[in-house]
Amino acid sequence: MTLTQLPLAEQFVLTLAALILFTSFLLLAQSRIVSLIHTFAWQGALLFIATCLMALTSGRHHLFISAFMTLALKVFFIPWQLRRLVVRLDIRREVETVGNASLVMIGGGALVLFSYYVVLPIRELSFLATRNTIAISLAVILIGMLMIITRRKAVAQVIGFMSMENGLFFAAVVATYGMPMVVELGVAFDVLVAAILFGIFFFQLRSGIGSLDVDHLNRLHEVDR
Amino acid sequence: MIALYLTLLIPLAATLIFALIGHWKHAGSLNLLVCAATFATSLSCAVDVFNNGALMSPGKLFYVDAFNVYLVLVNALVGLTTAIFSRPYMAHEVEIGRVDDARMRLYHSMYQGFLLTMLVALTTNNLGLLWVAVEGATLATVLLVSLYRTPESIEAGWKYFILCGVGIAQALFGTVLVYFAAERVLPGAEDALLWSVLKDHAAELEPTVLTLAFVFLLVGYGTKIGLVPLHNWLPDAHSEGPTPMSAILSGLLLNIALYAVVRYKMLIEPALGNHLPGYLMIGFGMLSFTVAGILLHRQKDIKRMFSYSSIEHMGLMTLAFGIGGPLATFGGLLHMIVHSLTKSAIFVTVGHAAHVAGTQSIDKIRGLIRTQPSIGWSFLLGVVAIAGFPPFGVFTSEFLLFSATIKGWPLLVIPLLIGLAVAFAGLFRHLQPMVFGEPPAGQVPVKANMLPVLLHLLVVLWLGVAIPDVLSRWLDQATIMVVGRGLL
Repeated sequence: MTLTQLPLAEQFVLTLAALILFTSFLLLAQSRIVSLIHTFAWQGALLFIATCLMALTSGRHHLFISAFMTLALKVFFIPWQLRRLVVRLDIRREVETVGNASLVMIGGGALVLFSYYVVLPIRELSFLATRNTIAISLAVILIGMLMIITRRKAVAQVIGFMSMENGLFFAAVVATYGMPMVVELGVAFDVLVAAILFGIFFFQLRSGIGSLDVDHLNRLHEVDR
Repeated sequence: MIALYLTLLIPLAATLIFALIGHWKHAGSLNLLVCAATFATSLSCAVDVFNNGALMSPGKLFYVDAFNVYLVLVNALVGLTTAIFSRPYMAHEVEIGRVDDARMRLYHSMYQGFLLTMLVALTTNNLGLLWVAVEGATLATVLLVSLYRTPESIEAGWKYFILCGVGIAQALFGTVLVYFAAERVLPGAEDALLWSVLKDHAAELEPTVLTLAFVFLLVGYGTKIGLVPLHNWLPDAHSEGPTPMSAILSGLLLNIALYAVVRYKMLIEPALGNHLPGYLMIGFGMLSFTVAGILLHRQKDIKRMFSYSSIEHMGLMTLAFGIGGPLATFGGLLHMIVHSLTKSAIFVTVGHAAHVAGTQSIDKIRGLIRTQPSIGWSFLLGVVAIAGFPPFGVFTSEFLLFSATIKGWPLLVIPLLIGLAVAFAGLFRHLQPMVFGEPPAGQVPVKANMLPVLLHLLVVLWLGVAIPDVLSRWLDQATIMVVGRGLL
C-alpha cells in the first residue's frame, strides 16, 4: 500500500505531521525571539487542526475538548504571555546566534532518522499512517530536547520545552485518539502552571543573575574546586 | 474509603487556604496541625486496608493496596515530622531576614501542595494521573528551591525545572506507548490506563511496544529518582532550597519516582517474558551507587554531601528491584522506609547544625557535640544509621539485598562492598571534625526541637531489631505482588 492509496483524511493528517516537523526545524534554526514565539504558535495551530481532524474522522468527540484546550493554551495563552514578558523584559530585539547552525540542523535530521529506526520494528504499527505519525511525534520531542541543549537564552529553552509538550500531545492524539479525559485535563493544567512558573523565573533570572542568558548559570558544580 | 478521600482533601484545602489567606503569625502551627490531621486520616486508611484488604474507590480512580499503603503512611509521617521541624526553622529564617511574608505564604501553600501531589501519585489507580501528579510535584517545589533568591538558588531552581521537565516528558511518552498497547487489547476503553485493569491483561500486551515504553519510563522517572547520569539537578536543588524542602524531597519525592518505576516493572516484566527491565535497573542502580559514593568525597557543602548519599541509596534500591526475587524485593521495600526516615532525620539535624554554625560549608561546621550535644549526637547517630551499621534498619535491608546478590549475581557483591566502604569513608571523614572538632569561639546553641529526629531514629532502630508483624505482612504481600512469591 502506498501513501496515495490511503483515505484522504489520513493523507491530510500525514501532511499536517510533516508540517509540524517542519515547524520544529524552524524553531531549531530561528534566531529572533519574536519570530520564535510566532513559529511556536503556528505549531500549536497545526496541532489544533490535526486534533480536530482526528476527532471528526474517528467520531470521538472528547477530542474536540482537547483540541480547544490546545487552541486556548498553545496558540493563544502561552505565545501571548511569552510575548508580553519579552516586551516587559525589553528583549524584543535580541538576536541569538545559534552556534553552528548547520551542525544543529544535521543533528535534527539525525534525530528524525533515529525516531524512525526506533519506531519501525513495532509490528503492531502496520498502518502506514500511524507508523509515520508516531515516528514524527518522537522526532518533535527529541528536536525540542536538542533545542533546549543548544540554546543559551531562557526564552528559547522554554519554547523548546513547550514544543516537546506539543510532540507528546501529538503522539497521544495520533496513536490513541488522545488520553482519557482526566489525564488530558491534568496534563493541560500542568502545562498551564509550568507556563506561569516560567514567567516568574524570567524575572528571578533577570534580578538574580542580571540576564536571561543561561550561560551565566555557572556557580554550582558537580564537585567543588 | 472516607479516610482516603480525607487524606487527599485535607492537603488540597490547606494548599488553597494558605494561598488565599497569606502568611500570619500562626501559619507554621496551622501547617503542623494540617499535617497531623493528614497523618491521622492516613493511619485510619491504613487500618482499613489492614482489616479489609485492598481499597478501590467507586470511580476506580484511587486504589490502595499493600504496596502503596505503607508508603502513604511514611509520606504522612515524614510530612508531619518535617512540619514540626519547619515551624521554628522557618521562623528563624524570617527573623534573620532571608525570607519575607509573601514567600512564607508561597512556602506553606506549596508545602501542602507538594504533599498532596505525592499522596495522589501514590494512591491513584490511573497511570496517566500518576504522571500528572509527579510532574505536579516538580511544579510545586520548583519555586521553593529558589525561595532564597540568591543567584545560586535561582540557578538550582532553573536546572531543576528544565532537567526534570525534560526527563518527565520522556515518561509521558512512555505512558502514551503503554496506553497505545493497552488500547489494542481493550479497544475504546476509558479505563485502559487503570493499573488494576492493565495488570489483568498484562500478558496480552504487545512486547515490542512495552520494551520501548519501559526505556522511556525508566529514563523519565529515573531523572526524578536521581539515577546517574540523570542526577544533575538533585544536589543543586537539595543544597540551595530551604532545609525542610531537602528533607521531604529526599525522603519522599525520590521514593515516589521509584515507586512509579516499580509499578511499571510489575506490569511490563511479565508481559515481556524476559528480564530486560530488571537488567536495565541493575545497570542504572549500580552506576548511581558507585558514582555517588565517589562524588561524596569531593563535596564541600554539607547538604550537597547528603544529597549524593541519597543518590547512592536510591541506586541501591533500584539495584534491589532490578535483581528481583523475593529476598531482594523485600529488602528494597524495607530500604524505601528506612532510607526515607533516616535521611529526613539527617536533613533536619543538618538544618539545625547549619544554624549553629551559620553556614552550610563542611569546613566551617565544627564541634557540634560540644556546642549542642543534642544536635551532635543526633547527627552522629543519623550518619551511623545511614552508613548501615547493625542495630539500625538500614543494615537489615542492605543485608537482605546482599544475601540476594550473593545468590543471584555473586560478582556484583565485590563492587557493592567496595562501594559501601567508599561511601562510608566519604561520610565519616567529613563527619568526624564536624562533630568532634574544636568549636570556633563564640559558637552558641540554637533553639532546636529534636523530637522528629528522635522519633525517626527510634523507628529505624525498631525496624532494625524487629519488624512489627503488620509491616512485615504488608511488605510480604507487596513482595508477592511485585515478584509473584513471598519471603515469609
